[in-house]
Amino acid sequence: MTKPWNTLVQRPKKNRYRWLIYLALAAVYVWAFSGVPFTGIKETAVQITKSIVSGIFSPDWGFVYLPEGEDLLRGLLDTLAISVLGTFISTLLCLPLAFWAAVNMSNSRAISGSGKMLLSFIRAVPEMVLALMFIKAVGPGSFAGVLALGLHSVGMLGKLFADEVENMDKGPVEALLSSGANQLQILWFAVLPQVLPGFLSYMLYRFEINMRSATILGVIGAGGIGTPLIFALSTRNWDRVGIILLGIVILITIIDLISGAIRRRLV
Amino acid sequence: MNTNKSLPHPKPPSKLKHYLTAAIVILLLWGSSVQTEATMGELIEGFPNMFDLLAEMFPPKWTYFDNIVGAMLETIRMALIGTTIGAILAIPVALLSASNITKSWWLRHPVRFVLNLIRTIPDLLLAAIFVAIVGIGPLPGTMALAVFSLGLIAKLSYEALESIDRGPLEAMTAVGAGSLQRIWYAVIPQIQAHFMSFTLYTFEINVRAAAVLGLVGAGGIGHYYEITLGFLEYDKTCVIILFTLGIVLLIDYSSTKLREKLL
Amino acid sequence: MIELRNVTKLYPNGTKGLNQINLTFGEGEFIVIVGLSGAGKSTLLRSINRLHDISEGDILIDGKSITSAKGRQLRLIRRNIGMIFQSFNLVKRSSVLRNVLAGRVGYHSTLRTMTGRFPERDMNLAFEALNRVNIIEKAYSRADELSGGQQQRVAIARVLAQEAKIILADEPVASLDPLTTKQVMDDLKKINLELGITTIVNLHYVDLARQYATRIVGLRGGQVVYDGPVAEATDEIFAEIYGRPIEEDELLGARRA
Repeated sequence: MTKPWNTLVQRPKKNRYRWLIYLALAAVYVWAFSGVPFTGIKETAVQITKSIVSGIFSPDWGFVYLPEGEDLLRGLLDTLAISVLGTFISTLLCLPLAFWAAVNMSNSRAISGSGKMLLSFIRAVPEMVLALMFIKAVGPGSFAGVLALGLHSVGMLGKLFADEVENMDKGPVEALLSSGANQLQILWFAVLPQVLPGFLSYMLYRFEINMRSATILGVIGAGGIGTPLIFALSTRNWDRVGIILLGIVILITIIDLISGAIRRRLV
Repeated sequence: MNTNKSLPHPKPPSKLKHYLTAAIVILLLWGSSVQTEATMGELIEGFPNMFDLLAEMFPPKWTYFDNIVGAMLETIRMALIGTTIGAILAIPVALLSASNITKSWWLRHPVRFVLNLIRTIPDLLLAAIFVAIVGIGPLPGTMALAVFSLGLIAKLSYEALESIDRGPLEAMTAVGAGSLQRIWYAVIPQIQAHFMSFTLYTFEINVRAAAVLGLVGAGGIGHYYEITLGFLEYDKTCVIILFTLGIVLLIDYSSTKLREKLL
Repeated sequence: MIELRNVTKLYPNGTKGLNQINLTFGEGEFIVIVGLSGAGKSTLLRSINRLHDISEGDILIDGKSITSAKGRQLRLIRRNIGMIFQSFNLVKRSSVLRNVLAGRVGYHSTLRTMTGRFPERDMNLAFEALNRVNIIEKAYSRADELSGGQQQRVAIARVLAQEAKIILADEPVASLDPLTTKQVMDDLKKINLELGITTIVNLHYVDLARQYATRIVGLRGGQVVYDGPVAEATDEIFAEIYGRPIEEDELLGARRA
């Protein structure tokens, strides 16, 4: 056998535009890196990093509880409350939107399409921007944070809920329809029992995300642990920064564990 | 059907668990509204303010667009570089966290612990810390996004790694390959499409995140929210929101299309 | 009584699902509809309770046209027609009892059913229906904890609780094994005989059709090619309905062997 293999099997041609894609990618990265000024590092950077690290290892335990308030525990409690209420409000708000956006709940694609558009529109406005606007409306404080999370979460939650509705088994709907049930009864007996566990699971998932968001709302004055944190950072009170970071990490870890355990039981 | 005779009904199960759950949820909500001082009254009172605000936002002051194009490009750059660095760093971390690749408990679990730790800290918080360390500008923002991306991509990747087909791994062991060779020939081909998809997904998230990092001084367009809102120039704020919205939707759309092609 | 007059169903792509069907089903009959898949069996059944709309003709249930009924009127007609599906169509996460009670919602106001306060009589009906299909002890189990045969019996109980005068069963045993097939078919036959409920069943298996039916309707290409008592439906007739001799997989007995 002296036949060269490539007369038997032709090597598949690579995509001719492949190199174009690589070139474009390279151009994008050159543009990206050329724009970043790498000159602005403060000489004190190493010093501050050391201080923060040592702050985490020698936290300001006195800040955990202060009799006059504005301490770590109350800050964390506030953060928790903001995300609980925010998640609850967004769940209520997104229920009708989810059914609006689900393809199998309406006869026309235009209806569900417009619902989906609205949801991605809501999702695209960052919660921090919403918080800034709600502060203008109801004044600074936790309530503005609640409203911001409540409205922003509707975007993602509504999308997930709509997906859940679209993935349900339509058999029970048919069964109820053929027994003479009306639309509301079909919703109640055939649709909701199927989608509720999924809804709850997504709600908890969003709650985990909202916990993280709620820790930073305070940076702009919308309540929670973020306010004392940004204050400690700007006054270079590294021991206090340390205890607050520690508090946030522990709280979020606990919430994740509890929420994850409930979610596993739901499905 | 004849229903006069009453059949012995089986005993219904206890509903105590449901009542307890309901009680806990109501208690949680009530406690939360007390803690946050959330009241319907305040919301209704504040609502007119909301509408005033919205009314002042329109018509948007389109000429302001020129002032913020540069900042928007910076935002995208930050997201791009942050995601890339995070993705590169995520590769070894993911490999070290996956139980079917790293057999040593003493190596795997400390890495996972650090990974979980990173994932508890939100991106804006990271940015605030980096601003304190390196000073104001896009650099701390990029660093924050890189760390955040590392956490997310590494988590998603190691979960995907643990669910890959074991067959090729065993085959490579059978032909006597070393661990790097096994990763190269048996793991990478199975995981690279997922990895790219996770990276694109993280990029989407990072663009949204980068848009607000400026609020803590970490560069990008977020800084302009503070300026315009501070001077009560809501028509300018509106331009920023609409511009961000357009960019985010555009990037989401193209990224989603790309990801569909990948998988 | 069910009357189909010149019923034609055109699909959007132009194919004729049903072609000029004229049939009358009397009270208490046990009719089995046979035919190849795609012959229009399912379309015919689903037209009777208007899960599918027909393009031409009229369908009368006890003298009332379901074709032109709207809203509440349509729901009232549907309330008298129970349907059993190949895939059971139970809410898998709900309890068996709740699935059976779902058959009662057509009788009550929306608010009353949503608060879950079904009257005592409904509860009795539901338990009696479960008792009739021998799964009363599963009343508070989740539907997905039951086997396929048990789930289909829950679906039958749902139709019984509905107090339907007509039962439509669309391939009720297609996803069951031979033993549970017999149980489910026996249940349907028993209900037909004891309660006098008109029963129309789509079946794939020729031997099952012969065993249970009082009347057989053969469909081919959307048209009725046979309509008569079971005794006259010979092998030659079935061969004509199927357009070829009966094959092994159309006999349940063959599978059991």
